[in-house]
Formats: sequence, C-alpha cells, structure tokens
Amino acid sequence: MQTKRTIFQNKLLPYLLLVPQLAVTIVFFLWPAGQAVKSSFEREDPFGFRTTFIWFDNYLQLFEDPEYLNSLGRTAIFAVSVTLLSMSLALLFAVAVNRLLRSGRVYTTLLLWPYAVAPVVAGVLWWFMFNPTIGILPYLLARLGISWNHRVDGTDAMILIILAASWKQISYNFLFFVAGLQSVPQSLVEAAAIDGAGPFKRFWTIVFPLLSPTTFFLMIININYAMFETFGTIDGSTGGGPAGATNTLVYKVYADGFLGLNIGSSAAQSVILMLIVIALTAVQFRWVERRVQY
Amino acid sequence: MVENRPFLTFLTHFVLILGVIVVVFPVYLAFIASTQGPSDFLSGVVPLLPGSHLMENYGQMLTGGMSRAGAPPLWILLGNSLLMAIIIAVGKIAISIISAYAIVYFRFPFRLLAFWLIFITLMLPVEVRIVPTFKVVADLGMLNSYAGLTIPLIASATATFLFRQFFLTIPDELMEAARVDGSGPMKFFRDILLPLSRTNIAALFVVLFIYGWIQYLWPLLITNDSRYYTIVMAIKRLAAVADSDPQWNLVMAAMILAMLPPVLVVILMQRLFVKGLVETEK
Repeated sequence: MQTKRTIFQNKLLPYLLLVPQLAVTIVFFLWPAGQAVKSSFEREDPFGFRTTFIWFDNYLQLFEDPEYLNSLGRTAIFAVSVTLLSMSLALLFAVAVNRLLRSGRVYTTLLLWPYAVAPVVAGVLWWFMFNPTIGILPYLLARLGISWNHRVDGTDAMILIILAASWKQISYNFLFFVAGLQSVPQSLVEAAAIDGAGPFKRFWTIVFPLLSPTTFFLMIININYAMFETFGTIDGSTGGGPAGATNTLVYKVYADGFLGLNIGSSAAQSVILMLIVIALTAVQFRWVERRVQY
Repeated sequence: MVENRPFLTFLTHFVLILGVIVVVFPVYLAFIASTQGPSDFLSGVVPLLPGSHLMENYGQMLTGGMSRAGAPPLWILLGNSLLMAIIIAVGKIAISIISAYAIVYFRFPFRLLAFWLIFITLMLPVEVRIVPTFKVVADLGMLNSYAGLTIPLIASATATFLFRQFFLTIPDELMEAARVDGSGPMKFFRDILLPLSRTNIAALFVVLFIYGWIQYLWPLLITNDSRYYTIVMAIKRLAAVADSDPQWNLVMAAMILAMLPPVLVVILMQRLFVKGLVETEK
C-alpha cells in the first residue's frame, strides 16, 4: 500500500490516531457482526435460558420457508425495477441537460434536491399521493377506469414503493451521468456528426458505450440502494404489506428480529444480507480498479 | 453542441420540464396540503391550490406538536435532528482525517490490518446487523441518549479513503520542508494538512450532514423517549395517526419541516455537495 517517500518516525502516535475509528468499528460493527454470525448457528429456547448450537439449521429452515423465498423474489423484482426506472430516467435527463448550456444549471438544481429527502419522507409523500381515500392519483386513475388500492392489492403496493424509491434515487444517478457525459470526448461526437450520424445514432454508438463504466457503477450502487437503504421508504408507505407483498429482505430482518423476536432466524438472514453486500462491494471495487486502466 | 436542431432543443426542454414536474409534484402536493384547514380534506380529494392556514399549521406543529400522536413540539425534534446531523458529520470527519493521516504519513506494524478493518465497515450497513448492534448499544446503556444516536454511526470508510486519496496527492516536499524546519507530526498536521484539506472537509460535511439528518432506522431503534426523537423518525408516527383521523394539514407541515433543512443545504451549497458526493464514491 502506498505511503509517503518520507514519513514521521513516531512509534506510538499512529496508533493513537487510529484508536477512535477502530474502537467505533470494532464495538459497533465487527462485534455485532460476529454476534450475528454466532447466533445464526444457534437456537434459543423460548425463555432465553439455553442456546444450542445447531449448525446450518436456521439457514436450511429459511430456504424452506415460503415466506422467505417470497421475500427474496420480491426484493429482486424491487431492486431490478428501481434500478431500471431511476437509471433510465436519470440518463434521459442527464443527456438533455448536457445538450444545454446556461439553462442546464437551473434544471440541475431542480432535479438534484430529492437526494436530501429522507427515504421515509419519500415513502410517506408517495403514500399520500396514492392514498385511496384522499390521494390525487387514485382519483385520476379511477377516472381512467383503473381502481387503485395498495392496502389490498400487492401489485399496487409494489408499484408504490418502486415509484417512491426511484423518485428519490433519480437525483443521484443524474449527477453521476452528467459527470460521465462531460468526460465523453467531444471530438468523437463531432467526427461522427461530420460522417453524417444523427443525434440518436451518435448517442447509441458513441456516447452510450463510452458511458458504460458509469452505467455499471451506478447499477451496483442502485441495487445496493434498493436492497439496503429503502427500509424507511417501505416502513413509511406499505409497512411490508399487504400480506408480505412488499416485505423485502431488510424489512423482514427487522420485522423478524424486533417485532417477531426470532433471533436465530433473523441472525441467519443478517448473515445472508452481509454476504450480498460483500459480493456487491467486491464487484464495485474490482470495477474501480478496472476503471483506472480504462 | 454539434449542430443546431430546433426541434431537438424543444424536445430537450420538454423532457426536462416534464422531469422537473414529476420530481417536484409530490412535494408541491405536500406543501399545498400543509396550508389547508382541518376541514378541507373531508371533500375527498386534496386541493391543488394553497389554502390560508399556512402560518397556523406550522405554528401549531412547531410550538405545540400533536399530542394525540405523542409528538412533542417539532422545534425539539428539529433541534435533535440538527444536533445529530452535526455531531455525526463532525465526528466522522474528525476521526477519519486522523486515521487517514496515520495510514499515509506513518509506517507501523498492522498498518494494512487497520486499513482493512476500516474498509470492512463499508460491507456492514446498520440494516444487516440490526439486532446485535441494538444489543451492544443497550448493554452500554446508550439507549435514549445523544451518544447512542451518533457514536455508533460515526465510523466512516468512505471519508477515510477520501482523505487518504487527497493526502497522497500532496507533494512530499511539503512534509520534508516542514521536517527540516523542525516541525513535529502534530504541528505539520495542524498547520499544513488541515488548511489544505479545507475544501474537502467542507464538501464532506455537506454530504455527511445530509446522511445524518435522514437517518431513520437507527433513531427508531434506540429511542423510545420522545425527548430524543428526531424529526425524520417521528414522521411515520404522525402519518399513522393522520390516516385514521384526518389531520393531513398538520402531518404535511411536519413533512415539509423535515425536508427543508437538508434540501436547503443541497440547493445553497450545490457546488460543495456535488464535489462531496462525486469524490466520496471514487
């Protein structure tokens, strides 16, 4: 790992400088994570007196549990939809802003701020708009002959959280797409224009392929976001319902561990989630290394 | 722009205006709702034009709160949120900048191990270790306290990496010159590195302030005393009450108040915000 050519010689000082960060990391990150791994292999009796070591039983039970498999599927649908929807809209807006000179800045400001809205606030906002009794969208949908009730209909509930989660994430993707577009060499685009390629052809054959590092990076970030940072969005809108239709993996860990108090199963779910984050982070950092050579 | 195509320019503006409308509309609706009187929701659909109860609703929420939802006056919650966001942002920056300094400017046994331990925190978001982390905090007696709200969130791999990257770009000659002039490591840090990191610190502060403000799950877990509620975590409680008892005007006033501070930070400090966000992801 890189350091400076010359360094300070102190023996004790670097450790002192690292103590606060490492103390917080160990006490609040590593120790609890270790505990989660440990209790995922144990079963606690109903009164909490005795714990027995049961190998992979908690995991096996999870993968036989139709609710867990359902939650896994729901999470996949949710993550893919949020990623696709928020990234494609963000790309559209970024390409549009990139065509403009001065007015682009105004649009950028107007599109950027939802980043600062808390996920739970986003959830409640969309829940309010779609509220079956007073919301404006069910009212408009009813005029088109579509009945909307996310309290009863699982598909409606899923659409609601996808919209709320995507709405908040557009600003982030937009920002990175704008940065990516600005690094596309203008000379290539101009050369293609001289050769007679129209704007759409130029986009698909030159700009979009050159954006692929950004696109790939954002894909990972968005999947990560949809899986792990949307707890508030779901809690603020559907609360995992109806009948588990929007019960994503993270929401289920919370519900099982805190409301259901099933520690062993919740711990096993936590460990599975950790493996997913580790995989996503590994992919992301491998890509970062590749980009350096790009 | 490569060529002049009026239709495409028109289309560009059209798409962007549509986009801005989609992005702004939910908040516009919330704002409108927050200006209505209590009886304006009985007709069925939310009105689309502002009502006349703006000051009244906000005044009531800020100073009185909503007793039926168990919410104290919102200015207390706003104060808690502000305090939490600032402590988290300052704390993360402080402990990250000194760790990065240790990792870049010193060579010592277990340096690589320390680096990896910090790196691992990236892979352990609160959401995947909810129950055991709660237990640790409970055992340490940090439930319902500002320490419990902030300290467990204060470790930061991304901030450490950002400062490490930045320190690596600082010319070695600066440090050599400082050493020749007889400055020790702390003096070099204080008089040279800190001033040079000013922009990075400011950019990071903006991003981390937002991060701290929008925390939801964590305060939800570790507070049940309303004196320590943050505004973001109280929102759901308010909304749940409003659903059975139409006080939407008050709930939406609370929503706007919960959004306003971080959104203003993004709008007013857009340049720093963009810099902070783009650079922490590198």
